[in-house]
Amino acid sequence: MNSEIYRETILEHYANPVNAGDIPDADATARDFNPSCGDVVEIQAKFSDGIVKDIKFRGEGCAISQSSVDILLGIVKNKTIAEVENFTTEDFLEILGIELSPLRLKCALLGLNTLKTAVHTYLTRV
Amino acid sequence: MSLNAEKFREDFPIFKRKINNRPLAFLDSASTSQKPQQVIDAIKDYYEQHNANPHRSIYTLCDEATQIYEKAREKVAKFINAKSDKEIIFVRNTNEAMNILAYSYAMENLKEGDEILLTIMEHHANIVPWQMLQKRGVKLKFVDINDDGTLNLNQLNEMITKNTKIVSVTHKSNVLGTVNNVKEIGRIAHDNESIFIVDGAQAVPNMPVDVKDLDCDFLAFSGHKMLGPMNIGVLYGKSDILEKMEPFMRGSDMIKEVQLTETVWNDLPWKFEAGTPNVEGAVGLSAAIDYLSKVGLSEIQKHEEELSVYAMEKLNEIKGFKPVFNGTLKNGVISFNMVGTHSHDVAYILDEFAVAIRSGHMCCQPLMRRLGMQSIARASFYLYNTKEEIDTLAEGLEKVNQVFKV
Repeated sequence: MNSEIYRETILEHYANPVNAGDIPDADATARDFNPSCGDVVEIQAKFSDGIVKDIKFRGEGCAISQSSVDILLGIVKNKTIAEVENFTTEDFLEILGIELSPLRLKCALLGLNTLKTAVHTYLTRV
Repeated sequence: MSLNAEKFREDFPIFKRKINNRPLAFLDSASTSQKPQQVIDAIKDYYEQHNANPHRSIYTLCDEATQIYEKAREKVAKFINAKSDKEIIFVRNTNEAMNILAYSYAMENLKEGDEILLTIMEHHANIVPWQMLQKRGVKLKFVDINDDGTLNLNQLNEMITKNTKIVSVTHKSNVLGTVNNVKEIGRIAHDNESIFIVDGAQAVPNMPVDVKDLDCDFLAFSGHKMLGPMNIGVLYGKSDILEKMEPFMRGSDMIKEVQLTETVWNDLPWKFEAGTPNVEGAVGLSAAIDYLSKVGLSEIQKHEEELSVYAMEKLNEIKGFKPVFNGTLKNGVISFNMVGTHSHDVAYILDEFAVAIRSGHMCCQPLMRRLGMQSIARASFYLYNTKEEIDTLAEGLEKVNQVFKV
């Protein structure tokens, strides 16, 4: 049943995201779209001593794309850059713990892909 | 007596399919239509009996393939009431037709300071190709919509200038369902000596379209939205304009004589059809036109109107149902949002009920921005849709509210 993916945690993060917002002095910003549906996520991050000190997002889109990015940022905050780099799609999907069709997978991974771009942007600059 | 959709459904094998143990309620024909057995059989028959590369040799199969391909062209010409089958160019889809016009007409004829007049309700296919002209100083202008989703014709009249060389407008909006008065727009364009292009992707499948009556210079449409296969579409153009145009794609079959450094183009319409053509597609489109003609385009239009009225009544009772335009448009396209739920989630939950609708930006991002929306859900109807399917849509939307606690 498709509606089973809308678990309480997903709906809660969608309705009341904890990591939404801006970081005015961010070290890296990345923005990505899902061209088929128009979902958008922008991630801003601040790094210090190789650690993700602060990370926030802004976005528009479905419950899966937006709650996924909110959950993701909660996981990577205060982690080392190396840990973020080693954090795989499989790791993330295991944490999300919901069955996703290939099309919905794109929604769930929009945030992770944007995060990887942000980290990459930061690393190529420093 | 209205059209018997139940009877037509029997011709479409896909409606035997169950999704999540429910019969398929396909409400996304504005994206692509389903295919009747007659179309599938025509393609099968072509490959089983007649397949060869047309226009290339003199053996029996080649002769048959050529005739089949050219007969399909004649059928299309008759269907839209073109003067001659020379005016029918087979393309992949509406989008490709617009590219041909942008490259072969606009790039050859427009210069700095010229203008192309479009509307805010255009599909990306009728916006993005024209943006290419901006690099040579051509200006794109966009006519706005009124508050009821119709095109602002007064503004169109004000925006058109002596520099407007092209007016390109959709006959029917894939988001709003608005049917534009293209005959009137064409008159305005021609009074201004502008070339008039009609994007017929949404109109040609759903209502009678007559190019002589519209007096458009070009009309583009796609086969797959009108019961035909994907990857076959049509660019209609007035022959005197097509004659003067350079080909877009170059290579084989579009030539009369090739020297090492120069080539004489083939006659119309083949000048615009480089390479081995999509005979399978043309055969399928021809069978689709037979089917549509038998049902009757006016009947289809009436049926879609009936379903739209029924759907608006039914859906307006559902909490949180917000149509983009309330009740003014009855043309088989219902765009809406559910308060508190993103369209993508709406579509995903509806899939549980085997209801197929479109969600997202509808390939109309400028219009979405104009409407102040990031995405919408859209149900669209065709000759095979029934009121029961709309009831299932309503049932699904109640479930959406339940899941998202609206």
